[in-house]
Amino acid sequence: MEITFTINGQSTTVDVDGNTPLLWVVRDVLDLKGTKFGCGKAACGACTLHIDGMAIRSCSYPVQYASDKQITTIEGLSNGSELHPVQQAWEEEIVPQCGYCQPGFMMATAALLNQNPNPTDEDIDNNISNVCRCATYYRMRKAIHRAAEITNQNA
Amino acid sequence: MIRSSVGVGVVIGTGYVTKSIWRRYLTEFANTVEAPYQGSKVPSLWFEIDAQNMVTLHSTKVEMGQGAFTGLAQIAAEEFDMPLSNFRVVHAESISGNIDAFGTGGSTSISSLWTPLREMAATMREMIRLQASKQLNVALDEVKAANGIVTDGKQSFTYGEIVLKVVEWEEVDTPELKSVKDFKVIGKALPRVDLKEKVSGAPIYGMDAQMPDMVFGAVLRPNTIDAILTSADTSEAENMPGVIKIVREDDFIGVIANTYFEAENAKNAIKAVWTPNLLWQSRDIVEKTKVGKGKASSIQKSGNPSKYLKDDEGIITAEYSSPIGAHAQIEPNGAVAFVKEDGAEIILSTQVVEITRKEVAKRLGFKKDQVNIIPTFLGGAFGRRLHSAHAVQAAVMSKAVGKPVKCFFNRQEEFQNDTFRPPTHHVLKAKLNEDGLIEALEHNVSSGAVAVGSPLLPSIVPTLMGSDLGAWRGGMIQYSGIPNYEAISWFVELPFATSWWRSLGLLANTFAIESFMDELAIKAGKDPIEFRLAQIDDSKAGYRLKEVIIAAAQKSGWTNEVKDGRAMGFACSTDVNTPVAQVVEVSIENDEIKVHKVTCAMDPGLVINPDQVRAQCEGAIIMGMSAAMFEKMDVVDSQLKPIIYGPYKMALMKHAPKEIDVVLIQNSDTPGGVGEPPLGPIGAAIANAVFRLTGQRLRDMPLTLA
Repeated sequence: MEITFTINGQSTTVDVDGNTPLLWVVRDVLDLKGTKFGCGKAACGACTLHIDGMAIRSCSYPVQYASDKQITTIEGLSNGSELHPVQQAWEEEIVPQCGYCQPGFMMATAALLNQNPNPTDEDIDNNISNVCRCATYYRMRKAIHRAAEITNQNA
Repeated sequence: MIRSSVGVGVVIGTGYVTKSIWRRYLTEFANTVEAPYQGSKVPSLWFEIDAQNMVTLHSTKVEMGQGAFTGLAQIAAEEFDMPLSNFRVVHAESISGNIDAFGTGGSTSISSLWTPLREMAATMREMIRLQASKQLNVALDEVKAANGIVTDGKQSFTYGEIVLKVVEWEEVDTPELKSVKDFKVIGKALPRVDLKEKVSGAPIYGMDAQMPDMVFGAVLRPNTIDAILTSADTSEAENMPGVIKIVREDDFIGVIANTYFEAENAKNAIKAVWTPNLLWQSRDIVEKTKVGKGKASSIQKSGNPSKYLKDDEGIITAEYSSPIGAHAQIEPNGAVAFVKEDGAEIILSTQVVEITRKEVAKRLGFKKDQVNIIPTFLGGAFGRRLHSAHAVQAAVMSKAVGKPVKCFFNRQEEFQNDTFRPPTHHVLKAKLNEDGLIEALEHNVSSGAVAVGSPLLPSIVPTLMGSDLGAWRGGMIQYSGIPNYEAISWFVELPFATSWWRSLGLLANTFAIESFMDELAIKAGKDPIEFRLAQIDDSKAGYRLKEVIIAAAQKSGWTNEVKDGRAMGFACSTDVNTPVAQVVEVSIENDEIKVHKVTCAMDPGLVINPDQVRAQCEGAIIMGMSAAMFEKMDVVDSQLKPIIYGPYKMALMKHAPKEIDVVLIQNSDTPGGVGEPPLGPIGAAIANAVFRLTGQRLRDMPLTLA
């Protein structure tokens, strides 16, 4: 079926089985590889992207529900040449190790900051539930607070 | 015949505890020797310098998060006398001939390349200087090379400008290397060289690889251990949408389809019957792994411990265990393969480039140099990518359809076909003397295979030793001030594949020994840190261990007292010449153990990049916490479970300590291992803290409060 949505600011139409998880349309049809496959059951969060500003685990989101929606992936998180505050903070704190799960964490963090510009440690614990096997959580927490700081300075 | 679960296929040990001295000598030697670099030492294979004066370093070690790319570039930049910003690092493709037969693992990337890489970089710099002297037509000793520029005092050129005009390289002798006091790049906390790609979501992993006209493969994988595939009806699968071909080989069945989803759907439509040999449960595995059941060999002995430990009088004994652990790396295993008539190209995340190349070449009847392995960044590895049968499968499927084929594991398949961390069982015995110090100590560790059957080791090595050096890693007694001690390793064959998992036996062995040391200190009425310090000798290794213990105690403000509902716990270990001591601070919240702070003092020798060494400590500590507090695979009716994150409980953001304080000590002028050693003490340190707080002695991982 034909499905039209906006992804990273571009209106896009794809012709695929409507039950295909959005993740595979993003990765294999639209060739945006920043959104990762980890488990296929919405359990690890590696595939997190934004739909209308909300963090969604795209491996378990049938593409047909994305019709007419605004999708943002890690590739569209930055504003052109300038990195998003979350990415800036991730760079400053040198968070990534293997890096594979990091786009999912950055997307989850960006969505959290949209709703809660000053998250406490408890807010972070309750909202950031992705899995990082390199266990970079210690630096991620610092980077989330730093991203909030950068966002608030820019505002 | 298609069999599930890989048998290790190697029988080791010949009798009850092997006492042979030469075996023990070999074992102790293996514990102390540093892994030699087994790759090329030709500078031109490693370095490419362009007109913009950028150096491309072709790394034989893969980047799996451990920061090897950054550390290796810093080491090379030092001898090139160039800033790190002039370096980019890529994985060496096997066709280039720049290959490391050992692969990447064992915390050896930096230590094994420390000398060869500096020599190659210094030689390359001297070759450029020689070329400059010819191009400028001045004597060699009038040409200086520094900061990426050569000059004769009148004219200056970048290395890149000189290289551009080279007609023929001339070899030079390896020059004298810089001394530590002159280092400008080594020792600096510079940002990772792969930071930009990893923050922007660049397609750098095996899972992101693609080739033109590529199709997708899916391999039928067992969900049952110790079973034989007795029938597989593929008639329905053949007619599913998008299916191109079904491949039936002696060792696997694969479906090839136009998209990933179509391949998965068709694979799921295969009616497969796996007939188990025996029906296994967790309790059978636990029973099989008990000390006394397998083949034993003495791996370390001093004095005459059995003289003191033979009767029951005054003997203190305790048993500990660790469960089956999954690697659970987030990027699944997989490969993109394209097989043509005259050769094959395989893109994949792997720790073993050379082994994969050999296996693919053998299966397809190619010579090794007809197969090009193109390594990518790894989305986690931890030992899971030491086995690349999936590369062979993707290649066989590509050959069958004449197109590139991408094939990878789904998550259930990853959890059920992992090469697991083996379960372990430990029996410790000790006797204290009148002064409350240890007169005799014995550690028995029983474990499934780690190094035995591994492609990294010639099978003769464990057979010669009579024991599995991976299983007993961290299992030796580091308190050489004790007059009588022995470590005995028991090897058991399990009905599923077990192998290397970050730090190998270190986590479980340290958990057992260091928990027992805590129990002994309490029995002796001594402070556990004083108790340990009193039993470490004055050798260089002993000195380094004492230094990290003292540093951790001081920095953490060590106390035996419970304050504000929090208690401290201590443990230490030595692995790949790197001593580590950790103090944790825990409380009990909502009936669960909460780790608030970890102080980690480590002496990895010379540090290349202190920020990345800290990052490895932070990650290893939380990964070790995860294994010690939460992780466990069960065997239920011959199926490994759970099959998904969540039910396979792991440490998440909410479990991570709010404070991790890393103290780095450098009591050696060469770099040691970093990636695994800080995983050692954490499990025991937590268990010891929990005892102080609750009086409960938790002797089984994952730690569970009564």
